[in-house]
Amino acid sequence: MSVLLSEDFTFIVQGITGREAVNLTRECLDYGSKVVGGVTPGRKGRDVHGVPVFDTVEQVVDSLGYVPEGSVVTVPPAFTKDAVLEAIVRGIKLIVIVTERIPRRDVAQMVELANLRGARIIGPNCLGLIVPEVCKMGGIGGPAKDAAKAYTPGSIGVMSRSGGMTTEISSTLTAAGLGQSTAISIGGDAIIGSTYAELMPLFEADEQTQGIVIYTEPGGRMEAQLSEWVAENNSRLPIVAFMAGRFMDDEEMKGMSFGHAGTIVEGKEDTATEKIARLEAAGIPVVERIDEIPDAVKDNLGAKV
Amino acid sequence: MRFYEFESRRIVERAGIPVTKYGFCTSADQARQAAEDIGGPVVIKSQVLTGGRMKAGGVKFADTPDEAAEHAADILELEINGHMPKGVLVDPKAEVAQEYYASVVWDGTRKCPLMLFSDMGGIDIEEVAEKHPDHVGRGHLSNLVDPPDFRAKEVISHTGVTGSALTRATPILARLARLMRDYDMTLAEINPLAQLADGSFVALDAHMEMENEARPRQKALLDDLGIDPTDMRDPYEPSDFERNVKAIDSADHRGVIQGKDHGFSGNLGLVIGAGGGSLTLTDAVRSQGGKPGNYTEIGGNPSVAKACGLAKEVLKKDGVEKIAVMMSIVSNTRVDIVARGVIKACLELGKDPGETIAIFRIPGAWEEEGFKILERYGVESCDRSVSMWEAAGRAVAKIQGAADPDTPGREAEEVAG
Repeated sequence: MSVLLSEDFTFIVQGITGREAVNLTRECLDYGSKVVGGVTPGRKGRDVHGVPVFDTVEQVVDSLGYVPEGSVVTVPPAFTKDAVLEAIVRGIKLIVIVTERIPRRDVAQMVELANLRGARIIGPNCLGLIVPEVCKMGGIGGPAKDAAKAYTPGSIGVMSRSGGMTTEISSTLTAAGLGQSTAISIGGDAIIGSTYAELMPLFEADEQTQGIVIYTEPGGRMEAQLSEWVAENNSRLPIVAFMAGRFMDDEEMKGMSFGHAGTIVEGKEDTATEKIARLEAAGIPVVERIDEIPDAVKDNLGAKV
Repeated sequence: MRFYEFESRRIVERAGIPVTKYGFCTSADQARQAAEDIGGPVVIKSQVLTGGRMKAGGVKFADTPDEAAEHAADILELEINGHMPKGVLVDPKAEVAQEYYASVVWDGTRKCPLMLFSDMGGIDIEEVAEKHPDHVGRGHLSNLVDPPDFRAKEVISHTGVTGSALTRATPILARLARLMRDYDMTLAEINPLAQLADGSFVALDAHMEMENEARPRQKALLDDLGIDPTDMRDPYEPSDFERNVKAIDSADHRGVIQGKDHGFSGNLGLVIGAGGGSLTLTDAVRSQGGKPGNYTEIGGNPSVAKACGLAKEVLKKDGVEKIAVMMSIVSNTRVDIVARGVIKACLELGKDPGETIAIFRIPGAWEEEGFKILERYGVESCDRSVSMWEAAGRAVAKIQGAADPDTPGREAEEVAG
């Protein structure tokens, strides 16, 4: 088992004829994912690596005779909200938003509608998710052969605010003999569809998953929310965290933004120091180096058993 | 982006929120005229994007237009926290009966806007929330419908406010919520929101911040305020390095590069990426005693010219002796292209790539090709088996070995020489 994706999982790509989307489609197909359709308005009748292109999601659904389970949305920021609303209204339940630089108001509207319709959003500003050797949804891990190098099946769930670091961490786990149940690039923006705490119940319910690794950054309350969730839910899963951007706590860096849009410290609660203290108080060890993660995971797995 | 007080004033005024008769002035003569138009005692306030202007002498009171002109002349010349004022705001000295606080911000956890209201205005809201929680009303808003008046009314009523104050403040808070949404603000705050002796409400001071991502679609408002699209309102003046990197980035649509050097002055130049990787690597360099000369982010597969341009800018910085070229595993950016770019930068500046590039650690797409090129120029490269921490440590060791005359290696050399 795994979370969110399975062997038979079907998805479409909205904005499929864009340069990045064409690459992403190729990568997912090569990995064995079932990309069953694409949408680009005005491009109906074409195909991208054999995937038929339609003008609307409705046409994809009509042509397939069923509603695909997911959609990867990679369209320019000004059109993203419309594309996501279209997917939600046509019944798609898992939407990965790759696009970055989407204003918060749009993200909040998409997420609220998704919640009302029982759909889940991953991202925006993310690379998607992967269940090693089963399904890759999005650009995560890159070309199939590169993804295969970094990701191997196993028992660790990975969640990361950085797409690139999802792969770096998984590769480090793989090298240490620790495979991944599912790795999710959750997105680097201030408001995202699914936070650590919102994804934890899925991992909690997944028999394959025995431990969690998260990559975190300054900015926002997502880590505090996870700490609260852990305290309230008596989770069976040990969590190990890595915190990047500690240098942003320096006085001369105040008010500056580095990395992702969400990585801007707006209050005293969202600095690296503050977050590390909260996570550790919740029993989540925070390591300083990526290469310390495997040992920390092994120590913690041992402790829970 | 942050707005000046006079801009925030115009924004709330446009949204139908009452304000005092005020004037924005860039000269003493204009300030005299504004004071005459207002009539009576006035306040002259420096227009700077920084706090603490009262303490710094950037806010003064005047009873006559001549006095207003005098103060304006002084304040226009007064630098506050390194910022010269954009002008002064001339405001009537209002007869305030009661000060309130109203704001709308994003609640990232709930993923919707949050309205805040207090009947203890004029002071720091965090302090009020801590010491007098019953004087702060809160209410979340749906993202899918127009912010309704009744929600504003509820929030205000939570503070115990009733009577005409409640009915008059309600549309103001509701309008503030609408302007926050319509103009993509991350913060829309009126503090103090003043009730005057005659019972009417005016926004005496407003603070607005707009999400940078929304600037393109808020062009009409920004044009109306006369704000140039290139005016980024950074918390500090961009350096030459930052300006040059930005120019290189905009000149070529392939890939994205960013560079910052505010707060960095070390000898190890960083050519690093991407978002999360750059944060991780900057920490790794500093934690091992290294002194970064800058911060960068490479992403989205830049061209050779772009990678070269970035590396050159880093190498040209004062004090930078070597560069470390490092990223987390890349899947989109091509290793060989970055390798070509950084080698080209060294050669064009007449530097030996093998000496200048302390370490090259970018694993991932096209890495075999990249490592081959680097080997030809004698650059130490490593793949994913060398961790980001270790790669950063090797770069730090190299530059310290080169710079520190106390190291045994250097001593031996000197003896031999």
